[in-house]
Amino acid sequence: MTASQLWPLYEIFIRARGGLDHKHVGSIHAVDARMALEHARDVYTRRLEGVSIWIVRSTDIIASDPADADSLFEPARDKVYRHPTFYEIPDEVKTL
Amino acid sequence: MSAQPRALPSEARIDYVLQLADSNLILGQQLGALVGHAPALEEDLGIANTALDLIGQARHLYSYAAEVEGRGRTEDDFAFLRAERDYRNLALVEQPNGDFGQTIVRQVLFDAWQLELYERLQHSSDRRLAAIAAKGLKETRYHFRYSGSWLVRLGDGTAESHARVQAALERLWPFTRELFDEDDADRELAVAGLTPALPAVERAWSDRVSALLAEATLARPANTPFRWFGRRGVHTEHLGYILAEMQHLPRTYPGARW
Repeated sequence: MTASQLWPLYEIFIRARGGLDHKHVGSIHAVDARMALEHARDVYTRRLEGVSIWIVRSTDIIASDPADADSLFEPARDKVYRHPTFYEIPDEVKTL
Repeated sequence: MSAQPRALPSEARIDYVLQLADSNLILGQQLGALVGHAPALEEDLGIANTALDLIGQARHLYSYAAEVEGRGRTEDDFAFLRAERDYRNLALVEQPNGDFGQTIVRQVLFDAWQLELYERLQHSSDRRLAAIAAKGLKETRYHFRYSGSWLVRLGDGTAESHARVQAALERLWPFTRELFDEDDADRELAVAGLTPALPAVERAWSDRVSALLAEATLARPANTPFRWFGRRGVHTEHLGYILAEMQHLPRTYPGARW
């Protein structure tokens, strides 16, 4: 077994405050989920960064292939009408 | 807790606060020596966090001891300008870091004791001590969770890791007697409602440790007549080296600042 099999990589997501979403902050190595949670706490919440932790095995994340970026994302580039920039936004609406 | 506590001499109170402070400081110093040497970066941070928690608690306790004493000493005076025989820490915490298994066994035995002690000490008749215990309890719960999960992982791991932690357990177990051996001074503190009675702490500690050892598939060593009383200033040969390193700078350059 290689080191990365014994200590697989986990991705760490931290919620800064109640009501906010969990944001990706980095990754850690650990032998199991419990250790991953403890490592995440020790590495990423030392300075009051959060109130909740999510961890995900890195291998469980399905990612797009950067080589496909042209066909996946390029077609959206010239479709500016998909942005809702043609609407008048009332002043009362602060966070649209 | 007695209905009519006798007034406790302030020396007895200071001595007890120093027992707690010194154990925390020495263990914190020992764990600090592992920074940069732990098996993985994540463990490095985990151990450093625990070390800083312990030293933080020690600072509160030293400050309190200095106030009760009222002779103008500071937390630094207690930490850096006392000799070996004046130190009141448990002999357990001055035992060497050894391999990672030994570090973990020492930590588990200590954390389980501190956890059960703080659970009761937060109801102490001494409100300041109660507040320090209540605050420390949150940290100590996590320390035990951390060290306990490592003990299970190592004990129930490979033949090699099992053999190593079992050996560390046999080596360190005799030092746990000191946690619960009561003498007259201990009983006086308990009668005054300052501290919990040690037999109650021992039962809770024993149950907690037994459950963890079972989960870790480790054999609980038998109690031996072996005694050591770090709490009364009688230390093993290791403490002198720890103090020499820790106190070297403030003794060589009195009043030195960063």
